[in-house]
Amino acid sequence: MIGYILRRLGWGIPVLWLVATATFVLMHIVPGGPFDQEKSLPPEIRANVDAKYHLDRPVLTQYYFYLGDLLRGDLGPSYKYLGRNVNDMIRETFPVSMQLGLWAVLISVVLGIGAGVVAAARPLSWMDHTGMFLATAGISLPSFVIGTFLILIFSYRLHLFPAALWEGWRYTVLPAVTLALLPMAYIARLTRSSLLEVLHKDFIRTVRAKGFGERQVLLKHALKNSITPVVSFLGPLTATLVTGSFVVEFIFSVPGMGRYFITAVTNRDYPLIMGVTLVYAVLIVVANILVDLVYIWLDPRMRIKNDS
Amino acid sequence: MRFIQSHPNIIISGGFILIVCFAALTAPWLAPYPFDQQDTHSILQGPGAQHWMGTDRLGRDLFSRLLYGARMSMAVGIFTALFAVLFGTIYGAVSGYMGGRADNILMRIVDLVYSLPDLLLIILITVTIGRGVLGIFLALSLVSWVTVARIIRGEVLKLREFSYVEAARAVGAPHHRILFFHILPNTLGVLIVTLTFRIPAAILAESTLSFIGLGIAPPFASWGSMANEGWSAMKFYPHLILFPSLVLFLTMVAFNVLGDALRDALDPEHRQRSA
Repeated sequence: MIGYILRRLGWGIPVLWLVATATFVLMHIVPGGPFDQEKSLPPEIRANVDAKYHLDRPVLTQYYFYLGDLLRGDLGPSYKYLGRNVNDMIRETFPVSMQLGLWAVLISVVLGIGAGVVAAARPLSWMDHTGMFLATAGISLPSFVIGTFLILIFSYRLHLFPAALWEGWRYTVLPAVTLALLPMAYIARLTRSSLLEVLHKDFIRTVRAKGFGERQVLLKHALKNSITPVVSFLGPLTATLVTGSFVVEFIFSVPGMGRYFITAVTNRDYPLIMGVTLVYAVLIVVANILVDLVYIWLDPRMRIKNDS
Repeated sequence: MRFIQSHPNIIISGGFILIVCFAALTAPWLAPYPFDQQDTHSILQGPGAQHWMGTDRLGRDLFSRLLYGARMSMAVGIFTALFAVLFGTIYGAVSGYMGGRADNILMRIVDLVYSLPDLLLIILITVTIGRGVLGIFLALSLVSWVTVARIIRGEVLKLREFSYVEAARAVGAPHHRILFFHILPNTLGVLIVTLTFRIPAAILAESTLSFIGLGIAPPFASWGSMANEGWSAMKFYPHLILFPSLVLFLTMVAFNVLGDALRDALDPEHRQRSA
């Protein structure tokens, strides 16, 4: 087991290195550096600036500097927000994004599985049809549409929740719901189809023959066996939430990492771009490993396969 | 006639999509105004007789922009999905058929691309290539082919175990012939379903990109960029964002419903069972 974890973590390193290199390459392919958009600087000052940020060195040298800094955990200074360190910027905004993300995971998993179970418990009933129709709607709505709609109704008309910023628990509601909607719909559909498949299996018939009530059959026996596709989805779910957070943070002006990423890309703020990208990549790698571990714990058959 | 009765979903959603496609193709003739014609005397009007869906802050007719936006969004969505499916199918089929080490390596590459957040890659690529249709098209295709590759590979892995493949080998058929004439035709069902689901994914990605401001540049219209333009004035002029959002939503629902219905009809494994 420990060997498996270590092996998976080992795989994560090349992935992260690839992400770092790919980001570096993409940024340096684009013509125009971070300081080209400013009013044109006198040549001596320009030379100083270039020297300070190693921009006058050949690209390979810059790459070595970059990797070296990374290994020391230093993400460098921001090119645009002069005087600020990328490490600090990320440290300030990461908790916010993390909070938003975790709430979204909670909402989407709990409500998604719940909806799927209700739909599968009474197939082809009105609950099933309504639920699945809403789920189809959920995966068809871009987050900015949902966010807009929620703001229009709950902020502007009903004055229930604030429309922007992040200053108390009320502020978390609308962004988290917006972010959670698509995954929740997806999970609901997944749970329903998986549960329906499991409910046909022979062992369920045995459980029913033993005299267990329908609720126990559903929740205790069937659900555990049908949860595996949902768990598999949790890995890509993290990625979805990460990318979804860009838009949601933009819409609700949440002070998280997402909006830094977008502005950094347009500003060509290389260190900030790399820093944010790497943080996201680390998150996804770790999440995927955790998901695999949960998978193995859930399905004992996987243990045999993976120890070989 | 019975087909219509037993597959209402396909007819309704397919019909809606055809209408949108028709609108997209005939936009230059159907639209009452050119999409970039500004009329500073009638800015920010609500829906009315002159402008069926109102005007935006530059006085451009929203209905016309919506039609042109259909053109843009559908074109990007469909072509991106087609390209992703084409490349992904070839990649996945070859990988699954070859098996062994080559398959392993090819799938590692897929895993690597798959494990990166797609919007992140799309944003990076779009900035590299520049805004506009080509950038978005390339970025979206480069990111979405991996899902297709995985699905097709799974199918091919199952299909190549059938005895007719063994028979074809015995008769001396070369690999590429087996792959092209025997295995791929049997993936057609899954392929069509995958394509039908890739299109709304692409439309969604394009509209999200345009919404954050990294997609289609003004004055060109896409539903996402129209939503962006309407978003800041949402409180006072909701029509600016409501109409593009509504059309976007309906189109995507149509594609998803169509995909579900096609999957029920075509994919042998997926069966909507009731208790």
